[in-house]
Amino acid sequence: MSLAPVQIFQDQATEERAENARLSSFVGAIAVGDLVKTTLGPKGMDKILQSSNGDIVVTNDGATILKSIALDNPAAKVLVNISKVQDDEVGDGTTSVCVLASELLKEAEKLVNAKIHPQTIIEGYRLATEAARKALEGSAVDNKSNPDQFRRDLVNIANTTLSSKVLSADKEHFSELAVSAVLRLRGSTNLEHIQIIKKAGGRLSDSYLDEGFILDKRIGVNQPKRMEKAKILIANTPMDTDKIKIFGARVKVDATGKLAELERAERDKMKAKVDKIRGHGINCFVNRQLIYNWPEQLFADAGVMAIEHADFEGVERLALVTGGEIASTFDHPDLVKLGHCDLIEEIMIGEDKLIKFSGCAAGEACTIVLRGATSQMLDEAERSLHDALSVLTQTVKETRTVLGGGCSETLMAKAVDELAAITPGKQAMAVEAFARALRMIPTILADNGGYDSSDLVSRLRAAHYEGKSAFGLDMYNGTISDMRALGVTESFKLKKQVLLSAAEAAELVLRVDDIIRAAPRRREAM
Amino acid sequence: MASGTFVTDEYGRPFIILREQGKKSRISGIDAVKSHILAAKTVANIVKTSLGPKGLDKILISPDGEITVTNDGATILSQMEVEHQIAKLLVQLSKSQDDEIGDGTTGVVVLAGALLEQAEALLDRGIHPIRIADGYEAACALAVAHLDKISDVVPFTRTDTVNLLQVAKTSLGSKIVSKCHDKFTSMAVEAVLSVADLERKDVDFELIKVDGKVGGSLEESELVYGVVIDKDFSHPQMPKAIKDAKIAILTCPFEPPKPKTKHKLDITSVEEFNKLKQYETDKFEEMVNRVKDSGANLVCCQWGFDDEANHLLLQKKLPAIRWVGGPELELIAIATNGRIVPRFEELAPEKLGSAGVVREMSFGTTKDRMIVIEECANTRAVTIFIRGGNKMIIDEAKRSIHDALCVVRNLVRDNRVVYGGGAAEIACSLEVSRAADSISTIEQYAMRSFAAALDAVPLTLAANSGLSPIETLAEVKSSQVKEKNFRLGIDAGLNGDNDMRAQHVIDPLISKRQQFLLATQLVKMVLKIDDVIMPGEGDGF
Repeated sequence: MSLAPVQIFQDQATEERAENARLSSFVGAIAVGDLVKTTLGPKGMDKILQSSNGDIVVTNDGATILKSIALDNPAAKVLVNISKVQDDEVGDGTTSVCVLASELLKEAEKLVNAKIHPQTIIEGYRLATEAARKALEGSAVDNKSNPDQFRRDLVNIANTTLSSKVLSADKEHFSELAVSAVLRLRGSTNLEHIQIIKKAGGRLSDSYLDEGFILDKRIGVNQPKRMEKAKILIANTPMDTDKIKIFGARVKVDATGKLAELERAERDKMKAKVDKIRGHGINCFVNRQLIYNWPEQLFADAGVMAIEHADFEGVERLALVTGGEIASTFDHPDLVKLGHCDLIEEIMIGEDKLIKFSGCAAGEACTIVLRGATSQMLDEAERSLHDALSVLTQTVKETRTVLGGGCSETLMAKAVDELAAITPGKQAMAVEAFARALRMIPTILADNGGYDSSDLVSRLRAAHYEGKSAFGLDMYNGTISDMRALGVTESFKLKKQVLLSAAEAAELVLRVDDIIRAAPRRREAM
Repeated sequence: MASGTFVTDEYGRPFIILREQGKKSRISGIDAVKSHILAAKTVANIVKTSLGPKGLDKILISPDGEITVTNDGATILSQMEVEHQIAKLLVQLSKSQDDEIGDGTTGVVVLAGALLEQAEALLDRGIHPIRIADGYEAACALAVAHLDKISDVVPFTRTDTVNLLQVAKTSLGSKIVSKCHDKFTSMAVEAVLSVADLERKDVDFELIKVDGKVGGSLEESELVYGVVIDKDFSHPQMPKAIKDAKIAILTCPFEPPKPKTKHKLDITSVEEFNKLKQYETDKFEEMVNRVKDSGANLVCCQWGFDDEANHLLLQKKLPAIRWVGGPELELIAIATNGRIVPRFEELAPEKLGSAGVVREMSFGTTKDRMIVIEECANTRAVTIFIRGGNKMIIDEAKRSIHDALCVVRNLVRDNRVVYGGGAAEIACSLEVSRAADSISTIEQYAMRSFAAALDAVPLTLAANSGLSPIETLAEVKSSQVKEKNFRLGIDAGLNGDNDMRAQHVIDPLISKRQQFLLATQLVKMVLKIDDVIMPGEGDGF
């Protein structure tokens, strides 16, 4: 008994140690990297994701791909997590961050096999990250003071982001669209204020930015369909039956007559409420909650346009656009700020009727109407546009920009290589490895475009050593050229986040030498 | 626990039947002890590689597939869901070190494992477990006494925090946050010092909140002199920043009062219906007015508000935060010197909390917002706010900063220190083995084993750092004796210097002492068990 190995874990719990653990994390991380690798860059390919219930998603967005696949490998999960965070934080670069992290781990694996202690590799990586960041910061350009130049920067960034997506055919159109939308926000990063309405039909290039605000709702029956000089009350109040909120209240009557009386009282109450609302001197009433037929009819009688069931974001956006406040009590009409707009009308997009508010007082929100052939196409277009919008809002906050097309990576790799040359000790090997991993990004970009990556990347490197530090890959002609002239710009924040997140994740995975997997929780058979 | 029955067979020979014997397993005597030792060693071996600045991390996958990446002994052990009883004891051991001291959770398990390993050799030589336990006890007392002797006092004041920083640095050296070592150490020290009561030598951890949000990188973590709550203002159109806030801290919901006893309210007529309606509206008005009258310009409420109340608050220019959790509410109350008010009737100007700035922060592209209350009346509440590339890093950084906070707190309580890097263990090991020679009983052997077990910590440190363990230990040991310098330890950071004082690797004395005491206690307990009867499978436990 005493000689038998002692099982200290539960049944089915497993433990992987030292080399095995490292192997399994490397394999997992590299597999994830390989999976998304081919989507990188303007010539990257899309993936079809089929869910278990048969829904199909076609996408090029790293975060969306990784979110949809169920992974069991812990290191792979770390990579998925960083891509998700990248999505939340900057909105784009989700593929790059995964690819870079997995390339870093690939290099680390070689070093571990060469019997270098993981901690030494980590030290080297830390030195390299610092050097790369300095190089990146050094190359960043800030055009904040020059609004025209800054706008051009934004358009370029949007172009770069969109060029790898389904929208690339109409990228000029869409980048203009995205930039105008973001500039309307005036520095706010709240993307909810940009509403994206998808309507199947038409072509992608038929999409447009609407100056006003479009609400995907219907106007109540018998109410005016067109309203000029509208005064809008935006509300969040029950318009079905106004419940009594006192706990435990209930109706108890002993005769039908009394019940009828009570019902009348309830109706009166509602009528009083409607009167109060009308007392604000409005001609349009938008409610977040349902409006029942009776009050709707009352509004119609009074010639007030009533729109029910505008969801929360809709109400909030409307409040922003029209400058009104969201009201729930109606006793002090003088205190409630009403929203104003020049024209409310019903419009048709495709076959659907929507309500359009134009000529609004405050223009901090806007609507983008996307048109496209299939719903998959529209979904992907929305994701792409969302990526572009996120990057742009972040760039409005952090105005520095860097160059894309593998230029920044080569630049950083050069700085890291220089550091390796002057680093004494074993860390130098890790520093070199870091530079190699960085250079893998342009390599993959070129590979995805079907170009000779070894030739292009070595020429690119040579160009950088010659001092042409703005050179990158020209993915449309298969050569290297000046990225600044081509206008391939990316947000500095995005690149920085890619670098730091990937290095952090690589470090996290590298430090692991033991994986303990608890027994899966037993689920009752369904 | 198991009910045995005494019976005799047909020849009159007695034997004992255990109920459901087939299902139960039973081991006893030396076998039991040895099996326990094996289990304990297995546990110690798992955490061993996380010891020291070059220690590595572990990935733990929970039954639901959640991942934890950690270097913290207590976390590893508590999350790996061990089933073996003795292994569970070790988990408890590291937990009690964590509760008591907050750091050194890996070291204590390694030490206990080593002690048991040594005990195994003694058992093989035929020494009774109890004698071993007694010997360990005596040795431990000696070692602890010696620790006191070799301890140094590190002076520090609120302004001169160099020593505290060094200690925090040692604690964080082995964690992932060592990437921005200086930042985190200074955050930990400043946090502790700002809440510490140096006269009473007490640190109230309630006042330090550690919060995290994914995004950015570890370097962007910061120490906020105030409270951060993961909420936003209840109405989207409320102002996003408030200067000179007067905060009403409420635990009553914004809704008509209801008696605690179960009741019914029957409406029988139209007048009643109308009256009730009027009452309701008045009540809302009254509540909001009471808050307004007290002079408050910000409301923090533990409960939600009705839409109507929400709008009334907006109309009266009273920004409000709803669904603030209990602990956060307390923290706000402490930080702003306010009182938590359970009823609207009791609101009074003097019960309001005050803060210089309350503002909303937003993060990234999603709807993540948080509210920061800064420049509070009571500067003692602080929040450590951690950013990082992914969830696992943030969780690990939170754990690490907690460890560092504990270490600094321990120094505030008792500023005696011993030297780390295995220096203290080596010194004690030398002392114990010297003393062992003068003991005339069998315990002598046990004491020598104790000394050998103490060497396990420096040995592991050396092995984890990629040094040749035995060679390095022998070298350090002999120079400790030759130079009579108990500050020599393992150069785990590979800086080329063995003097731990010069390298500033220090541990609080109480932490080391606690490690010795707890490990010895546990080993004594394990050695005393000689019979285990386990319920078999499907026994309903």
